[in-house]
Amino acid sequence: MGTHAGSDQTPARPLWLRLVDQVLASRVGRSILRHGYPNTNRNRSLAVFSNFFLHIHPVKVRTEAMRFSRTFYLGGLSALTFALLIGTGVLLMFYYHPSVPRAYQDMKDLEFVVSAGLFLRNLHRWSAHAMVALVFLHMIRVFYAGAYRPPREFNWVIGVFLLIFTILLSYTGYLLPWDQLAYWGVTVGTNMARSVPLLGDEISFLMLGGHQVDANTLVRFYVLHCVVLPLVLVLGVMVHIWRVRKDGGIYIPPEERRAAHRACRVEGESGREEA
Amino acid sequence: MSASDFEIVAGDDARKDPVRVVLVQEDERPVVDLHEDPMVMTVPHLMVREVITIIAASLFLVLVSILFDAPLEELADPQRTPNPAKAPWYFLGLQELLHYYPPLISGVILPGVVIGALVVVPYFEINLKREPLWTHGRERKLLSIAVATVLVSIFFYVSAPHPVWPIIGPTLFCGGLMMLPGIVGTESRLMDWFARRSLAFWIFTWFLITAVILTVIGVYFRGPGWEFTLPWRDGVY
Ligand code: HEM
Repeated sequence: MGTHAGSDQTPARPLWLRLVDQVLASRVGRSILRHGYPNTNRNRSLAVFSNFFLHIHPVKVRTEAMRFSRTFYLGGLSALTFALLIGTGVLLMFYYHPSVPRAYQDMKDLEFVVSAGLFLRNLHRWSAHAMVALVFLHMIRVFYAGAYRPPREFNWVIGVFLLIFTILLSYTGYLLPWDQLAYWGVTVGTNMARSVPLLGDEISFLMLGGHQVDANTLVRFYVLHCVVLPLVLVLGVMVHIWRVRKDGGIYIPPEERRAAHRACRVEGESGREEA
Repeated sequence: MSASDFEIVAGDDARKDPVRVVLVQEDERPVVDLHEDPMVMTVPHLMVREVITIIAASLFLVLVSILFDAPLEELADPQRTPNPAKAPWYFLGLQELLHYYPPLISGVILPGVVIGALVVVPYFEINLKREPLWTHGRERKLLSIAVATVLVSIFFYVSAPHPVWPIIGPTLFCGGLMMLPGIVGTESRLMDWFARRSLAFWIFTWFLITAVILTVIGVYFRGPGWEFTLPWRDGVY
């Protein structure tokens, strides 16, 4: 039977932990979490694979894969900023009308009328810039790690599309404040679409809902920004992170794996002697 | 595999609950390829790291949002074009290219080529063994890199109304670094490291340096009429 199970349990548990134990052991608690406080390896395993949100992880992870300097947690940080953007974005939607000139007045209201409205807008704006930058940096780190090689090729391809959708999300959001910066920033970009051979004018008309950036464009960008693109990106990120696991976890170069194993062997053997 | 490789713990509620048996392997996993890697439990080791990262990054963004306000200019006016009219920062590299090439090239073809190249990276140059560039055929490789570097540089010198220095510079830089270990040998640590980079590494690095230079110029060094400005003298437009 378990050689380690006993050593995981601390003898004197503080009051609050005993309270947690009780809640988790109650009928309601068990119906929600189905495992006790994760201080035994059994409960720790159950915590991962009986939990919808944690089961993106395996029960055990390689020590090497967890090192900060391996991934700089850039993929995770991209996902975090995306989550922050959805949260703040939903709140902003409560105050925003995608019409001209109401959209701009809503920005002013956020700034001067709504409680913490300016903070909300700032957090959404800076998180958006951070997300674009983080996704770029994540791609660069994956490339230099060589993690795009088989069997991870297709997850790289999914990643390229995530990058494109991230940029499209940021770009459609850029128009929504309907100030000079928004209007002309988007005009410069959409002008480029017009130079696509043969179909340029049609593509531009489809994007803008007319011949120039106007109220129709605002509605189109609004729907894309608040509904279509976030849905696509949520789905894409889910597939992407699922694939990381299915492709064998974070890539660790063979030579580093061997080194880690040697270090672990030595440690393990001396430990066994003491016991 | 002996019994001591496993840790078998039965829950104290095993009678009432649907029985769950968890096998926690001490040293090995069933996947043959992975059986040597040192591992830890996801809960708490990975989870603690994730929670700390989430809190730290969120606090940082909250702090930035308290200290700095998002820009908001006057109401959009289609009659009044600002000078310069700049796209968001991640497009300014492309907008800077507009200075050299017509929109068909800088706005459609080049980004298309870049996206296409990124998609095929894992299929095009698989290089599973991560072969260094200099394992064999030193003379021939030196020659072909030199020719490629010069041809690319000439192309970006003549293809636009003015030479595209932000691309020619990185081309010469990367081509030079690629050839260096072939010329001076790989005795020093640095040269050895250079020599061991793959072709994909150099192409990606070249692209990255170019993109950063173009973006920095577009963001900080372009003013009214897309004229060159100095940010410390004229401010950032
Ligand atoms: C919304 C954008 C993205 C999110 C939320 C995301 C998320 C993640 C996460 C959480 C991981 C786990 C390891 C890590 O953090 O590095 C990961 C790995 C990976 N990502 Fe992304 N990613 C995104 C975009 C991209 C892009 C643009 C690419 C490449 C073009 C990419 C390619 C990969 C690959 C190949 C891996 C496996 C790396 C390895 O095994 O070491 N991802 N991603």
